[in-house]
Amino acid sequence: MSLTNEKIKEKLVGKFGDQVGNFEESFGMLSFSAPKDMNLKVLQFLYDEPDLSFRFLTDLCAVHYPDKHDAELEVVYHLHNLKDNVRLRFRVSTPVSNPDVFTATKLFESANWMERETYDFYGVNFLGHPNLVRILNVDEMDYFPMRKEFPLEDQTRIDKDDDMFGR
Amino acid sequence: MPRPVRFNINADVKLVKEGPEGYMGEGFFATGFDKVVGLARKNSIWPLPFATSCCGIEFMATMGSHYDLARFGSERVGFSPRQCDLLMVMGTIAKKMGPVVKQVYLQMAEPRWVIAVGACASSGGIFDTYSVLQGIDQVVPVDVYVPGCPPRPEAILDGVMKIQDLVGKEELRRRTSERYKGLLESYGIQ
Repeated sequence: MSLTNEKIKEKLVGKFGDQVGNFEESFGMLSFSAPKDMNLKVLQFLYDEPDLSFRFLTDLCAVHYPDKHDAELEVVYHLHNLKDNVRLRFRVSTPVSNPDVFTATKLFESANWMERETYDFYGVNFLGHPNLVRILNVDEMDYFPMRKEFPLEDQTRIDKDDDMFGR
Repeated sequence: MPRPVRFNINADVKLVKEGPEGYMGEGFFATGFDKVVGLARKNSIWPLPFATSCCGIEFMATMGSHYDLARFGSERVGFSPRQCDLLMVMGTIAKKMGPVVKQVYLQMAEPRWVIAVGACASSGGIFDTYSVLQGIDQVVPVDVYVPGCPPRPEAILDGVMKIQDLVGKEELRRRTSERYKGLLESYGIQ
């Protein structure tokens, strides 16, 4: 019997109770969230449970919601069950004043560079990461570009007309 | 039996467009040293293609047989800066790549020229963003800019011909002059 979204939801609620919430289904893919202190426990459960066995971390990224106070940065894990071909999205929120999240590198090796990229662009501090430095941007950059408060354009240009570019 | 020549019979084709001025006599031709050196240099430029993105593909087309760059003397493209005269920067240069371009430029021996091919190398192009270097003239001195996104191979050839003009007319002492040294100082190159 195949792994359906209802079954995943039952198992998660059965194990973690009401700490997992926000179950949504978009385009057939189940998505849920949990408090950030539990992220490793949830990932470990999804990894170990023989029925679930979400052993492949497809993507790890972050989203910045400037309007959600105390939950601005959201780290999103995309997991994949290779045996039953089922995908899952797991989200964890953190406030921007204290953006600490436990690292998933001990469980998934691929999380190493993906967490470096998330740190580089959003400033999410992953606790326990072996080498949390900037990976794609210049090392001397002192801001986090993908956060919504920073401008997209390069600020060193002096020849662009401000009116035409909406500044 | 040889076939008769069918093409290019009436065209006025000269091997060298025009020679340098000088005094011609029976068996000798006297002209300025810088003119001869310039003529020799400009018709045998060895380019170093620093092709990063789409403009690099246009360069590949320029080196192909239709828009041949080899007929201008650039038959041998070298990928080692130690052996090349012309650094052709083609494509978007990220801020992280800036020191690399500078290092490649520093490894070239004098006389060296730089051509910025395409909008991204000239000024950042459409990528006015935190990660793209807004023009390579922020890190190396550039001689010719070729606009276009990407420039057509004919435009790249036009840029190379302008470089040839610059090379042909360059005076011999330019690289040791104060003004050139000042230019390099402004880029932080000793």
